[in-house]
Amino acid sequence: MAHQVTVAEEQYVFRPETKRKLFILLAVGVVLLVLGLFMAMRSSGHDEHGGGHAVKAAEQLVASADASAASEGHEAGGHAETATWLKRLYTTLWMNNVFFAGLGIIGLFFITIQYAAQAGWSAGVKRVPLAMASWIPIAGILMLVLWFLTHHDIFHWTHSSLYAEGADFDPIINKKAPFFFWPLAGGTFPIFFIARMVIFFGVWYWFLLQIRKNMLAEDIHAGTSYWHKNQVLSTVFLIFFGVSSSVAAWDWVMSIDTHWFSTMFGWYVFASWWVTGLATITLIVASLKSAGYLKIVNSNHLHDLGKFIFAFSIFWTYIWFSQFMLIYYANIPEETVYFIERIKNSPYSWIFYTNLILNFVLPFLLLMTRDAKRQLSTLKLVTPIIIVGHWFDFYNMVTPGVMQHEGGLGFMEIGVALIFMAVFLLVVLTSLSKVPLIGKNHPMLEESLHHHI
Amino acid sequence: MDADKNFIVGVFDDEEVLLTGIEKVRGNGVKIHEVYSPFPVHGIDDALGYKRSRLPIAAFLFGMTGTSIALTMQIWMLGYDWPMIIGGKNFASLPPFIPVTFELTVLLSALGMVGTFFIVSDMKPYKWPRQFDIRSTDDKHIMAIDLAKNQSIDKTVLGKILKDAGASEVNEKNFE
Repeated sequence: MAHQVTVAEEQYVFRPETKRKLFILLAVGVVLLVLGLFMAMRSSGHDEHGGGHAVKAAEQLVASADASAASEGHEAGGHAETATWLKRLYTTLWMNNVFFAGLGIIGLFFITIQYAAQAGWSAGVKRVPLAMASWIPIAGILMLVLWFLTHHDIFHWTHSSLYAEGADFDPIINKKAPFFFWPLAGGTFPIFFIARMVIFFGVWYWFLLQIRKNMLAEDIHAGTSYWHKNQVLSTVFLIFFGVSSSVAAWDWVMSIDTHWFSTMFGWYVFASWWVTGLATITLIVASLKSAGYLKIVNSNHLHDLGKFIFAFSIFWTYIWFSQFMLIYYANIPEETVYFIERIKNSPYSWIFYTNLILNFVLPFLLLMTRDAKRQLSTLKLVTPIIIVGHWFDFYNMVTPGVMQHEGGLGFMEIGVALIFMAVFLLVVLTSLSKVPLIGKNHPMLEESLHHHI
Repeated sequence: MDADKNFIVGVFDDEEVLLTGIEKVRGNGVKIHEVYSPFPVHGIDDALGYKRSRLPIAAFLFGMTGTSIALTMQIWMLGYDWPMIIGGKNFASLPPFIPVTFELTVLLSALGMVGTFFIVSDMKPYKWPRQFDIRSTDDKHIMAIDLAKNQSIDKTVLGKILKDAGASEVNEKNFE
């Protein structure tokens, strides 16, 4: 290891102009949110209230068992009904938090698979996902706070009347009670669910701190020992992540449609997070490159990132189709209700098809050729399409289950998404500006410099 | 191809020398017939000035052929020729056709690529490849120069160019 390469040290400067642009984005988001809230408040006064629509639709489409799953508003029992506009706000907050939490987690996941695979090509870009991962603690705190704020409206299974003898008793959800409430009885405090949330974010964050510490120590004291330490940490993290990412998907997304389940769902959410994360990493790398940073990243490295995005767009489609195909073919009412809510006679059907066009057709065709993957311009065109596309994907996973036919996609949803995006970028870019942009003592740096495909 | 029978062959020991050697030889206006190496050498395509292969285009076209055949076959069979009710679905419904369509796309593009590659590379049964120097399968890099295509340069000058470019030996090779 005597041979040392010298690369120009780089430090990202978070300039005030960039910061101001992000604050403008934040302000636009807030304005849109207020406008959207105002409009939703006015229009919800005219609507006939409650789950009337939804019950009717569900009965039409699913003759028997599942009407109660799709009619949350119906069984509210003794509680005061939450206004539609507030429910819409809760839904979009939850959905955006799950989406952006994924971007943070994928930052860490990307770094760990590079270590576990002993990858050399990515040595120059690792600081970008590292900065993205700094969103993990914020996402965790937000997730916990939002859960306590919104759980009654978003998660049907939190209603205690489902577990007690009476008109609302639901034998299917009652059977699932231990998954949420263990060791307590169904309908009390979901200690198992909350513990999982805290443990997942806690463990992810702990791994992030350790790996970041080693990466930064490597900058000061050269040598391969930090790299080896990180390789061990990464491998252990990946084992934990394999389980926790799936369970997180069941907890935070799938349990909204409490009756329904899909064995593909953990993978589906992971695939969506992963390809969005890859697109975000690539977009940030491409933007840094355009701004004159990351001189050691050339079209060969972009090609690898592009291949990653191309491949995992197809992977996501594969998972999407596997889930759809099984449910379509088996045609069991408890399962098909999920897609009926989203396709047939539904306000979400345009999102359902847009999702496929943005996340499969466009990336597949635009990134197919070698040249497209090697150019900044095409990558900068395709990555925003994928990020927006998977935002639609998460919207379609969360909203129909909560809002039934009353959900919307207007100023409120766009506003909240812009607020999340602005804050996410502020956090990520601040974190990026605090450490050197290139790990100059990374043992694989020379391999990365000579990377040629 | 058969007209090319007389070659001058340079033997190189080291791939770094070979890479710079190729540039020196081409810099002298010599057209290189082919370079043989026992292992893949990074950057040799660029050094030899090879254009990118058009095999991906062929693969895409073969793939699209597979997609069309699969969809046409299934829609015709199950939708028109012999409609059958399966699981209460429409006769010609797209989702169940996707797996077959995917498989046929992959199959035809793979077989088509292999076939195209064989034809383009002139690989066929009972074709005996020319062996310029048996050591190219062991530890030497072999650069073959076709004399018929470099008639403006004298044979001895070619030998000198190869030597200057770093060849450890220079031989002549004539095929029957």
